[in-house]
Amino acid sequence: MAAPRIAIVGGGLAGLMAAIKVAEAGVAVDLFSIVPVKRSHSVCAQGGINGAVNVKGENDSPEIHFVDTCKGGDFLANQPPVKGMCYAAPGIIYLFDRMGVTFNRTAEGLLDFRRFGGTLHHRTAFAGATTGQQLLYALDEQVRRHEAAGLVTKYEGWEFVGTVKDDAGRCVGLTAIDLRTMKTKAFPADAVMLGTGGPGLLFGKSTNSLINSGSAAAAAYMDGADYANGEFIQIHPTAIPGADKLRLMSESARGEGGRVWVPRKKGDARPPRQIPEAEREYFLEEKYPKYRNLVPRDVASREIHNVCVNRGLGIGADGMGVYLDLTHIPRETLKRKLEGILEIYEKFTGEDPCDEPMRIFPAVHYSMGGLWVDYEPTKDGFIDLGSPKNHMTNIPGLYAIGECEYQYHGANRLGANSLLSCVYAGQVAGPAAVVHALGQAKTGAGTPASVFEAAEKRWTGRFAELAKRNGPENPYKIHEELGIAMLSNVTIVRENGKLQETDAKILELMERWKNATVLDDGQWANAPLSFMNQLENMLHLSRVVTLGALARNESRGAHFKPDFPDRDDANWQKTTVASFTPNGPSFRYDPVDVSLCTPVARKYD
Amino acid sequence: MPRQKIELRIRRQDSPTGSSRWEEFSIPWQPSMNVISCLMEIRKNPVTKQGQKTTPVHWESSCLEEVCGACTMLVNGKPRQSCTALVDNMPDGPITLEPLTKFPVVRDLQVDRKPMFEALKIVKAWVPIDGTYDLGPGPKMSAADAELNYAFSRCMTCGCCMEVCPQYNSHSDFIGPAPLAQVRLFNAHPTGRMNAHERLDAIMGRGGIVDCGNAQNCVEACPKEIPLTEAFGDLGRQTTVHWLQSLFGK
Repeated sequence: MAAPRIAIVGGGLAGLMAAIKVAEAGVAVDLFSIVPVKRSHSVCAQGGINGAVNVKGENDSPEIHFVDTCKGGDFLANQPPVKGMCYAAPGIIYLFDRMGVTFNRTAEGLLDFRRFGGTLHHRTAFAGATTGQQLLYALDEQVRRHEAAGLVTKYEGWEFVGTVKDDAGRCVGLTAIDLRTMKTKAFPADAVMLGTGGPGLLFGKSTNSLINSGSAAAAAYMDGADYANGEFIQIHPTAIPGADKLRLMSESARGEGGRVWVPRKKGDARPPRQIPEAEREYFLEEKYPKYRNLVPRDVASREIHNVCVNRGLGIGADGMGVYLDLTHIPRETLKRKLEGILEIYEKFTGEDPCDEPMRIFPAVHYSMGGLWVDYEPTKDGFIDLGSPKNHMTNIPGLYAIGECEYQYHGANRLGANSLLSCVYAGQVAGPAAVVHALGQAKTGAGTPASVFEAAEKRWTGRFAELAKRNGPENPYKIHEELGIAMLSNVTIVRENGKLQETDAKILELMERWKNATVLDDGQWANAPLSFMNQLENMLHLSRVVTLGALARNESRGAHFKPDFPDRDDANWQKTTVASFTPNGPSFRYDPVDVSLCTPVARKYD
Repeated sequence: MPRQKIELRIRRQDSPTGSSRWEEFSIPWQPSMNVISCLMEIRKNPVTKQGQKTTPVHWESSCLEEVCGACTMLVNGKPRQSCTALVDNMPDGPITLEPLTKFPVVRDLQVDRKPMFEALKIVKAWVPIDGTYDLGPGPKMSAADAELNYAFSRCMTCGCCMEVCPQYNSHSDFIGPAPLAQVRLFNAHPTGRMNAHERLDAIMGRGGIVDCGNAQNCVEACPKEIPLTEAFGDLGRQTTVHWLQSLFGK
């Protein structure tokens, strides 16, 4: 029996957590990442990580966290995995504490917790306002320890391009391209795990990093992995508009007391601090007296959109903005709890948010949807952690974790649940993949070398063909047009006519992609060549998002159609599952397990 | 009065062994541009200022909000993250972009900072926990200690401090400011402290803390204002005590 190996693609929180779990089981890991793992997108998470540690005398509990998460997701998530995650959360926070994460502390030296959206409890542990960075660094350090000990081999600067499957359809490895030599290579593995992040780049500009193309997940989808709930895209209410990116302004700004407002008078051009209290409309506080500025993100984004677009009360030259005001909070408190985000705002706008209300607007932030993955429930509503099924896609041996899968957030993710879901997924999927890999390794002979040779040949040929393209179209311009169409029509407000137009636009772009040139005939570090391949994957994934949205005639969580303004449980309490066909996605709808937390009307007022 | 056109001079190099050359670009000004959005404009129409067709400029970037460290390069001769290099804050005249000089060039503006990550292995920059299973809370820590450690844990391995350090170069063994500061971080943690001697051993020989020339350029260049020189003072004391302890036996 050959020693098993597990390939993990992606070195964000999910991938690194899984790598540690696999290494702790004594199994070798090949870790692939397009960037040095320490530069993964998890660094951008700011506000914190949720766990009902209950240190503020509020009688918080994992069960309340679970109920808040189900309701926040508008009851679209299968509930056993969500329950497992919420009950594991306090232990996960303690684990990071032991790893040395510099969480903010109380006077007694205990972990401090703050408020976040969609809950009434102080449940969010935080390290300043760069919590994702701090958690990622902690895992990066632990993985480096396993790397030094020889159990983890890193392939940084390699891009996953496709799975390798045997004759029985099992995933037995992957093909990747070395982004320097531009050579493709197939790697055998007893299990393959994707932790490749979200698809923000489909929308051109978003709060995501430039590496979040969604291309890897799309490649798995095109290899036969189902993609679930793709139409559920979270729009974060508060971001700083920019030419290259829309930078996140963390929900923690509101968690620490930040207030959102606009002038009551249309077109009031006075500087914000000269507008008296009585002439300001704190529209979230007025409409949602209970949750105030901490309603879930989908709710806040729709309200900001309504204030700017329908009521014309937005600020700035184009009226597309509202104030997020921290100026009533002492500077010292702000520095201690929010320094990282204040710094970002000041560096990019030149204004000090301790003195001036910030100008913000919603931006594409997170995909609740992603690769479909399985789970093994227990009788008491938890997850059977010994099962190889957990986090496995419908392709045997292929796993997905983190933002690139769909399991935990339903129709809308609560703030500070993303870091949690990434870590929990890694903790669950690592051992599941080990069980699977040990079973695979036992089956003896292994996969014939010809399978890997064929995969390598296919991809080498594919890139050689792409490199020869010499049409008039520029792939970066095609991407820009895709982003504009998706951003205009597939975000906060969705209308079926516009969604149909968007799909037609994507089909047009797919045709034009065939006439695009790679711009660079170099054989070394040819980024446009890799981008050409990613772009095709992104176009296919954009259709999954758009057509999924078109079909779902209801409003639920982040998916809002003015023509169908209500949630429709009778027809649509279902998971959207898209399968790839050469003619576009084919959809089926699976029932949702809501046996643990009964759906109720989703109200926050 | 914003400029109408943005002029860029970019040092380009096709491969690690190739020679470098300058290319000039001129692109239309738009509101709130940074160096990255200029490079993005160029790749949409890769033509030099002189009208010559060329290849898109190669660079490394990811988060675009100065937390990942990827996009570090020399902007007008100074090492910094190019995402926060806003065009409207630049002096008049062309903006020059060059790769960092202390690391091997991969292509154009991308360099290979692997030596920095390798150094983190040498100094054992981690807390050696027993395992990732649930073992309850970590050690208590005062808010003030946590805050000071946080300053050091924000290091994004960007390389600005290495670039400006006169002691860190191809003919020296000096490990550089960034990994040294991580020794300070982990030796201050209640659990990390248990293995402080291993980290101190790693920085007491050739290339370690004594090779710091106290030029103090690093602390000026750090985009996260990490108190690097304070850390080195502290490490000097720690290594001295450790040396005396090993001399006279514990």
